[in-house]
Amino acid sequence: MSEDRPERADQTGKPPAADTAGAGATGAPLLELANASKYYGSVIALKDVSTSVRAGEVTCVLGDNGAGKSTLIKLLSGVVRPDEGEVLLDGRPAGFANPRAALDAGVATVHQDLAMIPLMAVWRNFFLGSEPTKGWGPLRRFDVAAARRITREQLAAMGIDIRDPDQPVGTLSGGERQSVAIARAVYFGARVLILDEPTSALGVKQAGTVLRYIARARDQGLGVVFITHNPHHAYPVGDRFLLLKRGRSLGDFAKSEITLPEVTRLMAGGSELDDLAHELERA
Amino acid sequence: MTTTAPPADERTERRSDERVSDVGLLRRLLIRPELGAAIGVVVVFAFFAASSEVFRSPAGAANWLYPASTLGIMAIAVALLMIGGEFDLSAGVMTATVGLTVGLLSTELGWNLWAAMLGALVLALALGFVNGFLVVRTGLPSFIITLGMFLMLQGLNLGVTTAVTDTVLVDGIDDVPGYELANALLAGTVDIGGVQFRITILWWLVLTAVATWVLLRTRVGNWIFAVGGDARAARNVGVPAARTKIALFMTTAGAAWLVGTMSALRLTSVQANAGIGQELIFIVAAVIGGCLLTGGYGSAIGASLGALIFGMTSQGIVYLQWDANWFMFFLGAMLLLAVLANRLVRRYAEQSRK
Repeated sequence: MSEDRPERADQTGKPPAADTAGAGATGAPLLELANASKYYGSVIALKDVSTSVRAGEVTCVLGDNGAGKSTLIKLLSGVVRPDEGEVLLDGRPAGFANPRAALDAGVATVHQDLAMIPLMAVWRNFFLGSEPTKGWGPLRRFDVAAARRITREQLAAMGIDIRDPDQPVGTLSGGERQSVAIARAVYFGARVLILDEPTSALGVKQAGTVLRYIARARDQGLGVVFITHNPHHAYPVGDRFLLLKRGRSLGDFAKSEITLPEVTRLMAGGSELDDLAHELERA
Repeated sequence: MTTTAPPADERTERRSDERVSDVGLLRRLLIRPELGAAIGVVVVFAFFAASSEVFRSPAGAANWLYPASTLGIMAIAVALLMIGGEFDLSAGVMTATVGLTVGLLSTELGWNLWAAMLGALVLALALGFVNGFLVVRTGLPSFIITLGMFLMLQGLNLGVTTAVTDTVLVDGIDDVPGYELANALLAGTVDIGGVQFRITILWWLVLTAVATWVLLRTRVGNWIFAVGGDARAARNVGVPAARTKIALFMTTAGAAWLVGTMSALRLTSVQANAGIGQELIFIVAAVIGGCLLTGGYGSAIGASLGALIFGMTSQGIVYLQWDANWFMFFLGAMLLLAVLANRLVRRYAEQSRK
């Protein structure tokens, strides 16, 4: 697989994800947020939030609407920089100037809109912007055979059985498209994968499929930051849980420190939920 | 292939997805962008060939292949531009601008014909660049930008020509040094089995092949589909969207240069009002060939087949001695059919989005 890897992935100077495959959760955090705060004028978007993700681990970021999940993604993916605190990559200040710098450092973000072209074939989308070429001079051309083959291989490695890499991305289901986007990020040398609500628009089965691919990426040794508002999606796959509420951290827990009912309870506002349940029962 | 068998529920899900692609082969054939145009070519050819002996003779074919070739060269470039998500309404009138520039530089200023052609090429590419630059820089619809260019060029063509020659015609191009070779290469005829075929037909076939290769087998081709499909998403994954679009406008201008020069050489004169209205026919040929008006989909071969349908019909109607007005009726009907067919294609392609 590594000989197929395009130059761009190697230029990051970082070991490719495959080298750490199967390593599991070990060692120092890959990507870390240390007491980070972000203000937009007088609005406190995020205040004193810390979390981390290690290779082969899934860190789930949970929170209701307006909890600061989007701001957190923007900090980690280099769209904005924290006003206080730091983003650390391999224990050193990351200082991403822009999303491209984050990507080059191996931090890939899969957004909800996925940056894929619906009318284009899966393999064309997979390599869009980083097409492999062969030949030289005016005959330098898109290595179509390699693109098809690698796409099929990479999707298979993720357990995605696309019927036909020639079909337009628009004909894939939402879950399949998320999976292709994840496979693409993995192939192009991502070490940390930030997934922005990958399951939110999906049905139960589709969401299950995507969760399986998240687990697969984790098993390949990537650090995954999984942003969601659904604790039932987060808990089975997560190793660490950051709970956000109104821009503040409710806690950053390892899986051993918290149970699913507790996550749900904290997210919904703890005692507020108890009151609500009480109220509804009587009604 | 997958090494581990997927769990049962995943397999069930996949089987239910599979229903969509059960008729895959037929559907895949149906969504080929060229299919509609290919059927159109067969039907139109069969109709005229059955009704007119001249039409099916080699000399007749040479006759209807010529208009198809010049229209086809433009339709290919316009199709690439449309796949890239943009229009160029100035393409038709630009062919006249090129012809007039070649004529005026050579007959009035005494330039060698090759120098005049080079001058016209520089001008055309510059106009194409302006179109493209304004579109990507302002984000305005190319429809409006190139409509402005169209009207300006139309005015310039007439204004400059009448100011210089006191007529609406530039002629005498065949008296300029360099005419013989240029004409032989770009507009002359080739004898094949006693029938004189225009060399423009060869240019057309070669350019169709080149455009198809670029579109389907190069990085730039991938970028063209991408910027037409979703320019923002394309930029997000590192496609140089602005450069791709500007290059497409310049390609269209380059095609206008080629066709404008061919026509000036063949006729040895250029009318100042030539080319007006042609821009829509280029677009119609591209749409019949499977290009979506919204971009991101289409084919160069399809555009060439669309041009072939026009070439056959425009001459076929003459051979059958019909009223030429039927040509316009036919143009409209073909366009309508093509757009309806495209709509079905797009619906199919986006069927299971979300």
